[in-house]
Amino acid sequence: MTEPTPGTAPTHVFAGAARLVDYWAIGYRRTWKGSAVSSFVNPLFYVVAMGVLLGDYVSAGPGQLDGASSYLAFIAPGLLAAQSMQTVFGETTYPVMGMIKWQKTYFGMIASPLSVREVILGQLGFVLFRVGLTSAVFTLVMAPFGVYATVWGAFLAYLVQFLVALAFATPIFAFSAGLKNEAPFALLFRLGMIPLFLFSGAFFPISNLDPWMEALARATPLWHGVDLTRMLTLDTVDVGTALVHVAYLATLAVLGWFWAVRRLGRRLSV
Amino acid sequence: MIHAAGLRKSFGSFEAVRGIDVDVRRGEAFGFLGPNGAGKSSTMRMVAAVSPVTGGTLRILGLDPATDGPQIRARIGVCPQEDTLDTEITVRENLYVYGRYFGLPRREVRERVDELLEFVQLTERANAMVDDLSGGMKRRLTIARSLINRPEVLLLDEPTTGLDPQARHVVWDRLFRLKQRGVTLVLTTHYMDEAEQLTDRLVVMDKGLIVAEGSPLDLIAEHSTREVAELRFGVAGDGESHEALAGKVEDLADRVEVLPDRLLLYTEDGDETIAKVHERGLEPAATLVRRSTLEDVFLRLTGRTLVD
Repeated sequence: MTEPTPGTAPTHVFAGAARLVDYWAIGYRRTWKGSAVSSFVNPLFYVVAMGVLLGDYVSAGPGQLDGASSYLAFIAPGLLAAQSMQTVFGETTYPVMGMIKWQKTYFGMIASPLSVREVILGQLGFVLFRVGLTSAVFTLVMAPFGVYATVWGAFLAYLVQFLVALAFATPIFAFSAGLKNEAPFALLFRLGMIPLFLFSGAFFPISNLDPWMEALARATPLWHGVDLTRMLTLDTVDVGTALVHVAYLATLAVLGWFWAVRRLGRRLSV
Repeated sequence: MIHAAGLRKSFGSFEAVRGIDVDVRRGEAFGFLGPNGAGKSSTMRMVAAVSPVTGGTLRILGLDPATDGPQIRARIGVCPQEDTLDTEITVRENLYVYGRYFGLPRREVRERVDELLEFVQLTERANAMVDDLSGGMKRRLTIARSLINRPEVLLLDEPTTGLDPQARHVVWDRLFRLKQRGVTLVLTTHYMDEAEQLTDRLVVMDKGLIVAEGSPLDLIAEHSTREVAELRFGVAGDGESHEALAGKVEDLADRVEVLPDRLLLYTEDGDETIAKVHERGLEPAATLVRRSTLEDVFLRLTGRTLVD
């Protein structure tokens, strides 16, 4: 008879977050079928409807399409980044509230040796896993359409999705963690996610907008994500601009992280 | 195991715990008895190292929750007042994932899950979704979950609140077995029968303070009489108020308590007291003689009942 292993405190925050892998894996095993189908079908529908069919009517040349040779090549990276954002919105709004308010799962987690930072990090890991999967499907679905200038560009554009995901995930998580009820989510989706989706350069170059609206669009995180993704898939990288995009998205992710730790910490330490 | 001195907890300007001293020894079953809002749950959350201490000293297993929270939580078990089970996964999966939070190896967790399911009599429901369990089963699952790390101290916040009598007895039976195995139990309750059945020693809390401390029997001996004669008078009666009636029997008992629906006469011999009441020509609609309980202790100390 061997001695029973005692419970231990994690040695660092990543080790603690790793203890949540089984929790997320078991939950995902129940839901993966639905999300797998939609993550394959949705991009395909968008690409066919907007890129191919609508794109047929778009006669604009590379000069008007940020260097893209076709509307399809222009819209594909935009849709990829927008999909990363939408996946994050889905994973860090209602699920976060549910784990605070409805199921109280977080309270169970922090009664164990795990702490708030590890709980958040574990969930961010799951969000990245989901974005990684949906982006991989999207990137592969797009390959036959010939929208990538280079293979390495397509791969880097894929990696950028993790940064886009973190830039949205930490602030939205923080926002959700402090809410008393779910009513603000409807506003967040209608006044936040949908306008970002429509006006951040995914569907048309933001230079088409009024100057003041263009300035506004340039300030949004999705535009930074879209533009970075696009310059990589089209092989039109401007290093200086790319670095600004990376810095912007990284800063947002880091600030959101501290905000999220504070908001969830306060919420749970009653 | 647990040492608190001058322990306080405030939420803004509201003081939930106003300076309490508590020492829990290894192997004992210790209770916090008090009505809702007495500060029991706030105390428990501080002891569970999830709620920061506002003032005073608190040591759990010799460790300070402010600096060693994860180390403390790794060695204790917590059964919260509200179930925090994941309702979208199965009974077995709930235990399994929780074991993983403690850094336990997968194979060992699986073995423990089987043992614990057996212990809380949920083996047959192992693959059921939590949503489909009754309240009593959920409680037992929560207790099983709190035991996954073989804790040295088990904290139970209102373990049977909201359960029907039969389900309560099943939970009590399991807790009693844990106590026999030498697990230190710390529980809060507003049920005096729960406190009497399960605890070796308890503190009575009211409005954030400890108003008495001792074993259930000692507390009863110290603050109450051996027996209580309860007198119920018809609502109509002869128009006399309970206060007026109390005045007529005052000298027959050590103490008389006036409740909205009855009078309590604290006395050494209840039957004799009731006989004397009848001799005075008073005709209560119903009478009852019983032993003093912790409820009477609480009434004596605070002037209020535990459950209202």
